[in-house]
Amino acid sequence: MRIIGFLLRKEFSQIFRNKSILALIIVMPVMQLIILPLAADYEVKNINLAVIDNDHSTYSQRLISKITASGYFKLAGYNASFKDAFALIESDKADLILEIPQHFEKNLIRENKQQVFIAVNAINGTKANLGGAYLAGILRNYNADLRLQLISPSKVDPLPVIEITSSNWFNAYMNYRVFMVPGILAILVTMIGGFLSALNIVKEKEVGTIEQINVTPIKKHHFILGKLIPFWVLGNVVFTVGLLVSWLIYGIIPVGNLLVLYGFIWVYLLAILGFGLLISTYCETQQQAMFIMFFFMMIFILMGGLFTSIDAMPPWAQLIAKFNPATYLIEVMRMVILKGSHLRDVLPHLGKVFLFAIVLNTWAVINYKKTT
Amino acid sequence: MIQVNNITKVYGKEKTLAVNDVSFSVKEGELFGLIGPDGAGKTSIFRMLTTLLLPDGGSATVNGFDIVKDFKQIRNSVGYMPGKFSLYQDLSIEENLNFFATVFNTTVEENYHLIKDIYIQIEPFKKRRAGKLSGGMKQKLALCCALIHKPTVLFLDEPTTGVDPVSRKEFWEMLKRLKAQNITIVVSTPYMDEATLCDRIALIQEGKILSIDTPAAITASYPDELIALKSEKMSALLKALNEFPKIKSVYAFGEYAHAAFQESGVTEEEIKTYLTTQQIALLEFKKIEATIEDCFIGFLKN
Repeated sequence: MRIIGFLLRKEFSQIFRNKSILALIIVMPVMQLIILPLAADYEVKNINLAVIDNDHSTYSQRLISKITASGYFKLAGYNASFKDAFALIESDKADLILEIPQHFEKNLIRENKQQVFIAVNAINGTKANLGGAYLAGILRNYNADLRLQLISPSKVDPLPVIEITSSNWFNAYMNYRVFMVPGILAILVTMIGGFLSALNIVKEKEVGTIEQINVTPIKKHHFILGKLIPFWVLGNVVFTVGLLVSWLIYGIIPVGNLLVLYGFIWVYLLAILGFGLLISTYCETQQQAMFIMFFFMMIFILMGGLFTSIDAMPPWAQLIAKFNPATYLIEVMRMVILKGSHLRDVLPHLGKVFLFAIVLNTWAVINYKKTT
Repeated sequence: MIQVNNITKVYGKEKTLAVNDVSFSVKEGELFGLIGPDGAGKTSIFRMLTTLLLPDGGSATVNGFDIVKDFKQIRNSVGYMPGKFSLYQDLSIEENLNFFATVFNTTVEENYHLIKDIYIQIEPFKKRRAGKLSGGMKQKLALCCALIHKPTVLFLDEPTTGVDPVSRKEFWEMLKRLKAQNITIVVSTPYMDEATLCDRIALIQEGKILSIDTPAAITASYPDELIALKSEKMSALLKALNEFPKIKSVYAFGEYAHAAFQESGVTEEEIKTYLTTQQIALLEFKKIEATIEDCFIGFLKN
């Protein structure tokens, strides 16, 4: 115990002496939490629309003004032919083309039906999908308006219509930030914990101090604990700072129990620190450790359900996501912070992360050799 | 105190023999030197004896403890100062010393008498970070840290490499004082002139030991009479001497050429006449005692 105490004192005095790292640990999460959720916004606005109106009627005008009034679309061009409009797509000035055929109004009133043509530039998949969906929604709405107008209200609607109404739970205004902030905080905790621990032991290897430590009677587990505990504490500091930022800037107050949240973070930090240590036992230089950590961080971030839903991934990717500890943290963060889940609900996640912690740390301790 | 039997270390896929069947022993309280050029295998031997490296063949004991089986006891009883400065650069002198005392379960006060002579020289800077010290002060601090747990054997791997001549001299004086405290010291160095400061030395080259004896015995066993010659034109002198019929060996040694001749010997006149025919003026001709370096070169030639 005395030895661990001294190892900790040494680690902390080294950390507090490295002012730039300390600043990074505190400033980086704050900056990222302030900037990233504002930018990583899935709500697509400003979709550029090119319209080809072959009808020039009141009805077609009304449709166009309805679309532009929705706020999602910007009229990028009002063209005479599809060719002209397509040129706009080619030069990336338009994302969508809406073609209104000739006799749009006439056919609509006389024959009670009409078609419009929508062409979507699918290079930016998200924008295309959402843009197409928004436009279809507006058309549907327009359709309903027309029905009300054309069919006299006295008549009973002969066709049964299922009307869909929805209400959004846990994030009533579908505010994208509320969804992103806990996820980004999860990634920040993962990055700080993973990088700091991976680089630290490797630094001792690179500078040669590990040689001097290895000839002492310090036990393996003492040494590793002496490395884990300081970063575990720092991880908690970063997490707390992150929670404060999301409360002060985004007004997000965890709905669930804070203790459940912290309890999960405590176990999770053990797992991610163990992962960092494991990498450091395989590397000889900080550069190697950095690149390997980057490789895994990319996977953790992109396959952890932060930006894309895991349910939408192909089965093999879902399998990888299952072995990604960040997946569980991101999910639990959203569950507890937004939904107010109880310990009971996150218990399966907790169990899996605990398993990660055990396996990774044991592996790291076994692989850390004092002799070569 | 230290017994090394046929120890071998092989590195890499090419099976490079870094240490080839090395055996030697060091007595208690002895100052033993491993003398050899860079890459001779000195550091590998040190790392095996301090349990940082596992030997591929042979065995060795330190303090009676086997270097493979009893590594724990060895780590408690030896002090090791690696060739590369490997203390915490971001901790101060004081903190480094306290840290290493603590990990060995002791305190600085308890063994202060051992390091006192050395520590008082760096004490005025005790709040300074180790990374900001000069080379000589770093060495002193490293020695203090290696001594603080009162080791019975001290391993110093090239302690004077990259240290100025004055500090080197001081360092060897410190070692002598430590020896007086009955600490066994094994030191390695590429500097042949430091060899004479050891009680016994092992000359080592390419992983093999060339000779083990006291420095005096090694120089005394030099087989030939050695003559130092000096001329304005060193390279011409070496070339001419190499072509001299009675020559056995000749090589540059500082500003002199060291030459050994065949049994019959030569006189100064003989050489002078010969060199004049080669248009070389001989400035100096003197018989000298062989140094460790001459012996080393002699061993390499055989």
